[in-house]
Amino acid sequence: MAGIAVSTTINGDAVEYLCQPDETLLDVLRDRLGLTGAKEGCGTGDCGACSIILDDRLVCSCLVLGAEAEGRRVETIEGMAHGDTLHPLQQKFLEHAALQCGICTPGFLIAAKDLLAKNPDPTEEEIRFGLAGNLCRCTGYDKIVRAVQDAAIVMKGA
Amino acid sequence: MRYIRPLSIEDAVGQLAGSAGAAAILAGGSDLLVRMKGGFAEPELIVDIKAIDGLSEIRETAEGFSIGAAVPCAVLGENIALKKAWPGVVEAAKLIGSKQVQGRCTIVGNLCNASPAADSVPALVAAGARASVVGPAGRRTIPVQSVPTAPGKTSLAKGEIIEAILLDKREPRSGDAYLRFIPRTEMDIAVVSAGVNLTLDEHGVVKSARVALGAVAATVLLVEEAAEVLVGSRLDEATLERLAKVCAGACRPIDDKRGTIEFRRKVAGVLAQRAATSAYARAGGK
Amino acid sequence: MNFDPRFSGRKFASVGTRPIRPDGIDKVTGRARYGADFNMAGQLVGRVLRSPHAHARIVKIDTSKAEKLAGVKAVITAADLPDLTDGDAAMYDVLDNCMARTKALYDGHAVAAVAAIDARTARQALKLIEVEYELLPHVTDVDEAAKHTAPLINDAIFTEGLEEKPVKPSNVTKRSQFGHGDVHQGFGQADFIVERSFKTEQTHQGYIEPHACVANFSSDGTADLWVCTQGHFVYRQHCAQLLGMEASKLRVTSSEIGGGFGGKTHVWAEPVALALSRKAGRPVKLVMTRDEVFRASGPTSATSIDVKIGARKDGTITAAEATLRYSCGPYAGSWAEIGAMTAFACYKLDNVKTVGYEVLVNRPKTAAYRAPSAPMAAFAVESAVDELAKKIGMDPVDFRIKNAAQEGTRSSYGPVYGPIGIGPTLEAVKSHPHMKAPLGKNQGRGMACGFWFNFGGQTCTDLNIGMDGSVSLAVGTVDVGGSRASLSLVAAEELGIDYSQVKAIVADTSSLGYNDMTDGSRGTFSSSMATISAARNAILILRERAAQMWDIAVDDVVWEKGHAIAKGEKHGNLGKLSLKEIAVESGKTGGPIAGHSELVADGAGVSFATHICDIEVDPDTGAARVIRYTVVQDAGKAVHPTYVEGQYQGGAAQGIGWALNEEYIYGKDGRLQNAGFLDYRIPVCSDLPMIDTQILEIPNPNHPYGVRGVGETSIVPPLAAIANAVSNAAGVRMTHIPMSPPRILAAIEAEREWSK
Repeated sequence: MAGIAVSTTINGDAVEYLCQPDETLLDVLRDRLGLTGAKEGCGTGDCGACSIILDDRLVCSCLVLGAEAEGRRVETIEGMAHGDTLHPLQQKFLEHAALQCGICTPGFLIAAKDLLAKNPDPTEEEIRFGLAGNLCRCTGYDKIVRAVQDAAIVMKGA
Repeated sequence: MRYIRPLSIEDAVGQLAGSAGAAAILAGGSDLLVRMKGGFAEPELIVDIKAIDGLSEIRETAEGFSIGAAVPCAVLGENIALKKAWPGVVEAAKLIGSKQVQGRCTIVGNLCNASPAADSVPALVAAGARASVVGPAGRRTIPVQSVPTAPGKTSLAKGEIIEAILLDKREPRSGDAYLRFIPRTEMDIAVVSAGVNLTLDEHGVVKSARVALGAVAATVLLVEEAAEVLVGSRLDEATLERLAKVCAGACRPIDDKRGTIEFRRKVAGVLAQRAATSAYARAGGK
Repeated sequence: MNFDPRFSGRKFASVGTRPIRPDGIDKVTGRARYGADFNMAGQLVGRVLRSPHAHARIVKIDTSKAEKLAGVKAVITAADLPDLTDGDAAMYDVLDNCMARTKALYDGHAVAAVAAIDARTARQALKLIEVEYELLPHVTDVDEAAKHTAPLINDAIFTEGLEEKPVKPSNVTKRSQFGHGDVHQGFGQADFIVERSFKTEQTHQGYIEPHACVANFSSDGTADLWVCTQGHFVYRQHCAQLLGMEASKLRVTSSEIGGGFGGKTHVWAEPVALALSRKAGRPVKLVMTRDEVFRASGPTSATSIDVKIGARKDGTITAAEATLRYSCGPYAGSWAEIGAMTAFACYKLDNVKTVGYEVLVNRPKTAAYRAPSAPMAAFAVESAVDELAKKIGMDPVDFRIKNAAQEGTRSSYGPVYGPIGIGPTLEAVKSHPHMKAPLGKNQGRGMACGFWFNFGGQTCTDLNIGMDGSVSLAVGTVDVGGSRASLSLVAAEELGIDYSQVKAIVADTSSLGYNDMTDGSRGTFSSSMATISAARNAILILRERAAQMWDIAVDDVVWEKGHAIAKGEKHGNLGKLSLKEIAVESGKTGGPIAGHSELVADGAGVSFATHICDIEVDPDTGAARVIRYTVVQDAGKAVHPTYVEGQYQGGAAQGIGWALNEEYIYGKDGRLQNAGFLDYRIPVCSDLPMIDTQILEIPNPNHPYGVRGVGETSIVPPLAAIANAVSNAAGVRMTHIPMSPPRILAAIEAEREWSK
């Protein structure tokens, strides 16, 4: 199998890589580019731990081929903070202890960022359904929902 | 394995028709990549159709709507005109997978995956939707219910691609609705589902109806007897009771990990009642 | 140094506050490294071949074709993991579970493994391994397996614990019994008796991070293992024993762990990865797929439980009896025994008897899952208790208060209780606003109690004071949910310094003495005790150094609020010396300042919780939805209350999933049908309401700060609380967990038929 040359933009930076036709974008990010923030919890789109934003759409990177990223914009957890300054969602996740083991956290943060970008003032129900594609086994979601609610308030004020 | 991204539908059809081994069409990938991951699909050729001109568009025409094969379901929900005309189809499409999957999955993919539990299919069947098929022999238009023939199997010939789903322009006083039963509130495959599409006369009496049930047989069922129950009624209690009975009777379900025969029969009737009630209200019935 | 672990009432400065965890920023920026996030130069990809059969003799394995495939560097079978267990039956079972030796005992049992240059080559190599199986009859149901006619899983097993020595082998490996008094006589005194049988299906811990490790075996006989585990010291011992190494030659580093809940307490893939690395001469990374996690790792027991409880009209329980059958997978365990111990632990009983039977089935080896065995027993007992209260006509909370165990009560499993929290949690529930909130149509409220032992165990901790006065705390208990924050608070508290001056890490197995794993709710309990002990040892040195700096006797120096203070009028002109001031001079006063602690943390205080739950049932579909949930639990002392709440909420959520939808579904062919998150349905965000918590603090007398373990008890009451709520909402008593919509609808329909 010949490698496919891909030119793409990841977290604002131009990136080029070679990948195999059956290689997922998640595998490319983790194994070829060293961006291990996206996690593989299932590999079948059921857990959301590998969530990224692809051209302003929230997707599971395990359900995207690496070859499909050609010419597109990829945002991952590694690009969420601005240098030393955490994104308000990251800050609120810490303050509310919205993570225990933390394996689902990058996926939740990306999904929550997408949610608030599209709906800056969500109800609790909208948050819960908006984040239903991300599984967390530690928290019972309570503190995650509260962190997103709190971050929404901060971001509206900003 | 090869991955290609053709720019024209003709090129895609040619590549698919000419491939020696198994070929797969990639739009959203939410079924294909899962099958590849599990070792259930090992295509020699992957044809990504997202760069083909026009396939990523929803077009509103004099006849109705044309939804391109590469349009993600999330985009259906963002199209106000489509949502207004066919709320049941849109709510069905919006139920497929999570937000993450919504950004990728397509109704054509959902149809061609040929799962009896596919969410968008009962709604499309109830809506009388048609599929525009392009193949080596040219273009043809077929009703969506003729696409899946058995779990995982379609009537499409080698080299054929569904380029769009066509929905008619709405008559006045029409409404559709789709409901499914899942054990959780999200992320599940339908255990049983129902799509209902109604048009009322000026007195609020059902003039025409289509009722489709999902996950109760090898393919989605269009239950004509159920439609007959609804036509001529104002969805009074007796009609709804008959509807449930007819729907339960039409089911040919199986026991599996998602539900039992008894459960599917009973709940098919309940969902048909609820979907009919919702479609009736959307059509302006009181 | 003598360490006094007894509780001493004190005012806390740091403990009880809620600072941000030290590992937080790495975890919200994606930098934290979990099991699969570590790589080594020249690393190979390991993959495991698993049996598709529930029960089969392995006639022959031919690996020659796989070995010849370009890019394959090692192929192993059981022959590459020879039996070095030297008669240790439990370790032999672990070995056999890692790699089947003569028989495949469940769908998913490992039979061979490969290491190759990439994932694709490894997958291809697996397809080239030819295994010849001779199929054997299988059994997956716990009740079926316990029958005399069931296919035998291991014909060398004869039931232990019977009065008469059995002559025939059995799938029942052991009988155990607990209790006191005379239940026969007790039932004779009862005015009301409830007797029912219950069943619960097998569930999985469902951690989001699949098992992952990187093994690097060197040609000099030493090895490194990077792994997500709840107990790297235990993994080191087990791997070393199975591979014939000295423990000190194997250095195990615990990565960040993406959930465990008991499921990452014993080895599966790690010995395999080490054996592959040894054979290939290169590092090997082995990561399970989600399918493998479900098919081959840690489920809990499926159970079948009979309960009988009798009470007088005044609400006094006169006798309680239970027979509990727990599946163990294909290897002997003690799961029913634990269930039998916990079943009636909440109550003060004169006559009580519980009998447990351990049952072998062709399913994966049972692993611990958060308060293992207790939720199922509590489901059966608390359902029957609720029904009995109804029969008597008493409020279910009052009925439980009347019979609740107290300080001095002899527990149903033997020991006499010290100060305990069951009564206070019930009183708190009784006066909780949730109990008085109105309910809507098709809604019902339920409540239930739960108990867990908690555990202490071997613990070793180092506390090092830097020359700038900052403190490094190295612990050996894996942090599964924020314990580094809690332990930093404890170090800050004891030393009298600010939390920000302490940085806690989890040390690897070569840097610290042995630690038991993070299980039994022991992480914060035991390591906080060891941290206090280490800090006190450090304070002794700090006092000595201050005395030296002042040139006075050490007995004249006391430690207060982070400072050495010279005591007595003769030292009236001496100022305070801060920890930092002493540390800065340490190079001149005797070198580095550190405190160490090695102890067995005895006296883990038992833990009790009471939960309240409101459920709405759709009577036409059987769908049940949790609309309100409250957890009340005794924490002894909540070191970091936010993380204590998190444990309460997380346990409740897992219990809700177990109660309503989660279950292993096997086909007639003995194969698991739902090995993925699509059809193994753990709760999603939109399934749950906010989960309210109330922390009670009844100090544990055996911990300096009164701390009790808090991690596990929260999963014990939900099954029963929800069953009781469903019963009140839909008028049907559910006796089979999970209460999935088809089961609830069938029960409602049966009730409708019956009342016609």
